[in-house]
Amino acid sequence: MHSQIDKTGIRIGMWLFLYSEIILFGGLFVLYAAYFHRYPEYFADGGKELNRIIGSANTLVLLISSFTVAASITAIQRNAKKKAVGFLLFSLLCGVIFLVNKYFEWGAKIHHDIYPNSETLVNGEPGISIFFSLYYVITGLHGLHVIIGMVLLSVSLVCILSGKVTAERFSLLDNSGLYWHLVDLIWIFVFPLFYLVL
Amino acid sequence: MEKQEEHHILSYKKLAMVLATLVVLTGITVGVSYVDLGFFNVPVALAIACIKVTFVLLFFMHLKYEGPVIYLSFISTVTFLIIMIGFTFFDVAFR
Repeated sequence: MHSQIDKTGIRIGMWLFLYSEIILFGGLFVLYAAYFHRYPEYFADGGKELNRIIGSANTLVLLISSFTVAASITAIQRNAKKKAVGFLLFSLLCGVIFLVNKYFEWGAKIHHDIYPNSETLVNGEPGISIFFSLYYVITGLHGLHVIIGMVLLSVSLVCILSGKVTAERFSLLDNSGLYWHLVDLIWIFVFPLFYLVL
Repeated sequence: MEKQEEHHILSYKKLAMVLATLVVLTGITVGVSYVDLGFFNVPVALAIACIKVTFVLLFFMHLKYEGPVIYLSFISTVTFLIIMIGFTFFDVAFR
């Protein structure tokens, strides 16, 4: 039986989903822009509370993982199954490192009594409170996307090992990769907006 | 539809070059952030972010090698995003 797979169609479907994700985060960035305009000094003060080193480290981790995911797609297209698996394992490790960093970062903030509805934020300046609310919502939603991306990459990894994803049929890995790159894209904007505002 | 079978394979070397560019640009954003440019702080940071995103989209997400359907629909999404952010911001800024 001959069945043809519409690879282009599969990718278009994935892109349509990614557009909805772009608009979702776009909406949150509109919120950021509007409040940044209203409380620029407090946003700058809030940004100074965030750890630039951890932020930069996480940026590098995500960029490297994006590279290894792209490399694993190249590997599977060249029929180098072991290489593809290795690249994916490394990407998953990067995802874990990112989340561990995030855990320490949020942990430190919560330790300093900075979290939604905490004493410091409720009794402090509204600008600071809004900055950290946006920080928790946007990085939290982004973190959720990192976890979903890791699940998708793990599923692709299992499918490579079981021979369901091959050089002829790798759309699952391709689409999981697109999702992972989207997570990276969003972080590229989150990083300067939250960590680098002066 | 014969074209759909050929999927561009990016070499490791090319991908590594894109990664190197992205890392350098990250270094530049972090470096620039220590200099107070006044009004230009945010525009410069966003401009560098846009350049980085362009590299990720074109090469990692192989948008450069996609057909017109994905290419044009992506541009439409970005246009909509610009309208959404731009018009909301005009309203807030000049109220």
